[in-house]
Amino acid sequence: MCLAVPAKIVSIDGEKAIIDTEGIRREVVVSLIPDPKVGDHVIVHAGFAIQKWSEADVAEFNGLMDEMRSVEPGAPGHGPHE
Amino acid sequence: MKCAVLNLARQDMVRMNKRIEQVYALFAEAKQPLKFMEVCGTHTMAAFRSGLRSLLPERLSLISGPGCPVCVTANDSINKAIAIAGCPDTIVATFGDMIKVPGSTTSLERVRAQGGHVHVVYSPLDALDLARKNPDKRVVFLGVGFETTVPGVAWTIKNSAETGVANFSVLCMHKTMPAAMAALVSAGPIDINGFLCPGHVSVVIGSNAYAFLAEKHKVPCVVAGFEPMDMVGAIEMLLRQIVEGRSSVEIEYSRSVTPEGNLAAQRIIQEVFEPCDAMWRGVGRIPGSGLKIRREYAAFDAELIFSDIAIESDDENPACICGKILRGVKTPYDCALFARQCTPSEPVGACMVSSEGTCAAYYAYAKKRGA
Repeated sequence: MCLAVPAKIVSIDGEKAIIDTEGIRREVVVSLIPDPKVGDHVIVHAGFAIQKWSEADVAEFNGLMDEMRSVEPGAPGHGPHE
Repeated sequence: MKCAVLNLARQDMVRMNKRIEQVYALFAEAKQPLKFMEVCGTHTMAAFRSGLRSLLPERLSLISGPGCPVCVTANDSINKAIAIAGCPDTIVATFGDMIKVPGSTTSLERVRAQGGHVHVVYSPLDALDLARKNPDKRVVFLGVGFETTVPGVAWTIKNSAETGVANFSVLCMHKTMPAAMAALVSAGPIDINGFLCPGHVSVVIGSNAYAFLAEKHKVPCVVAGFEPMDMVGAIEMLLRQIVEGRSSVEIEYSRSVTPEGNLAAQRIIQEVFEPCDAMWRGVGRIPGSGLKIRREYAAFDAELIFSDIAIESDDENPACICGKILRGVKTPYDCALFARQCTPSEPVGACMVSSEGTCAAYYAYAKKRGA
């Protein structure tokens, strides 16, 4: 029911920010994570950033994605879910 | 080749096969049949979709737990949401999964087809916007979900109070995960040898929230991510605990989860909500496993605003065994309705409705036993 997807913060205005997820932009609330900054990688659930990812986390995730190169559309490989 | 089922590139099959071999080696060392419960509905889906289940040793079973929030929402709560959707000048805003869930005689989807105002939203923020744009209507957001979802709903309630949106409210059906897991291990007769703990719930509550399961109930716990490689890694970690004769809480999904969790999210949950007993479909009342809106925010509590509406009596189809499936003691194959009267297009029970429900997952990926 509740997807959480990795995204990057593009701009910040108070408690809200514009994030980019694979080219799709939307406004989310970022006040639930500490010290959000433009360029931060976050995971987003239902309009709220709920966690920051460090550069190492992003690299690990990208590594996993490379590892799990999937041939079937819609198969795992499109971000963490819940 | 084992990992063909995971659709991996050849060199990655080798890496995955190594992990799977490790799982087989540890399982052999454990010398007993084992049951691991994946608590989260998305783990259930990921395990089926990737083909992971078919790669595991035959006597190492993954059983699905009560981690699909739509599935565990009590019939009575669905009836209440349906009744609210039928009120004049009222809009019900909900996550999409809820609209097909059958109440006693109808669903939100059917109410909408008959002219009721039911809007599917992506976020509680969209529901608040709907309230701002429709000042002459009451907008009720259906608060369903575990700790992943709750902070956002808390923020939205607080924001509507701060910005004076008086026509917004929440029908709070939120539940919390650790209390339900405690109920599972205390109730018996389920023998769960390990928990694959939910990834994004744990982002918020932190892995320390499961410490009592490992310490008091001696059940190994590993917080798992959602990629097949994550899940195999977590299964390997659970097996290692069993082989080494210990039970602790470990994090496989360390890129997102910390022991203490997201403290700001925990604070806003506590500010807006307080714990209460909650009814779980099929499981019954679990003490302290629900959340209700605090008195300070009573003006946004749909439970109070609509306290006098008539609600249909709480009748579930007696043949439906969703409850036992949610506790992990039965599988969909044990249900007389599964894939006959109960299908995703005509669901009888909640586990068939949500795409993350156990019955829906079995229907999509393993309709027949052994498939």
